[in-house]
Amino acid sequence: MSSDTTPAERLAAFLARTPYIAFLGMRAELAGDEMTAILPFSPHLIGNTLLPALHGGVLGAFMEMTALAQLAVITGGPRPAKTIDVTIDYLRPGRAMDTYARAQIKKAGRRISSVHVEAWQEARAKPVAAIRGHFQMPTEG
Amino acid sequence: MVKPPDFIAAMTGSLNEEAARHMVTRTPQTEALGFQFVSISEARGAIRVPWRADLVGDPETGVIASGVVTTLLDHVCGLSIRAADAVPQGTLDLRIDYMRPARPQADLIADGHCYKLTRTIAFVRALAHDGDPDDPVATAQAAFALIGGGA
Repeated sequence: MSSDTTPAERLAAFLARTPYIAFLGMRAELAGDEMTAILPFSPHLIGNTLLPALHGGVLGAFMEMTALAQLAVITGGPRPAKTIDVTIDYLRPGRAMDTYARAQIKKAGRRISSVHVEAWQEARAKPVAAIRGHFQMPTEG
Repeated sequence: MVKPPDFIAAMTGSLNEEAARHMVTRTPQTEALGFQFVSISEARGAIRVPWRADLVGDPETGVIASGVVTTLLDHVCGLSIRAADAVPQGTLDLRIDYMRPARPQADLIADGHCYKLTRTIAFVRALAHDGDPDDPVATAQAAFALIGGGA
């Protein structure tokens, strides 16, 4: 854990260094130690034009990036954590609108961390999707 | 809004190669990711995503982001279900294991197999590799709800 940067600086550095996050158009805000990730709606995120609905892969990827961002907030090094596995639950269709996500680090290990993420649109209590994942923590230095 | 006939064909009925190609390359997200149709056969499908700088997860390694792999695997699962003549309504769950990082600047190919259909559910396995299917980058296991299954 590093103390020479602030959580906000670590979050901004993670978001800025990842090209795929720019591809998604994802951003994130910190309120104290609580991070909310935001995926503004954009037509290129659509997977089903009939409904229309966000691509399920986009929702999964957004939540995975949310987990990595939350881990970047608590770790100091410049390297991001690496995904070992994720299990994605699809609960409701992801509609053509902004999506939000929050991560809970269930265990912050020295080598491996376990993170849960929920994503929602209109109501926090009605999540559209959730993931559980394990992540390999970056080695220091 | 009137939909082009090939889009309807991609969503319903039996899947020919033209409809499969449309399903892989012409939805907004797969078009944005640059997905390419590889093949379909009985209950199986394959999709390629060419490497691109803006899809990278870690610029120090130049490896395609795991999030791209997630969308690739989800989509190839849907394609395999269509190749089994069923119509997916949506993903119920998708479990992905990342076995190793892809090679820097490598294209990724995903193979999916819909190995079991019930009246309401499709069960699918898929893997993503960067050249050798016996040395996968990631493997996936998914369940999809089917349209017309009365779920």
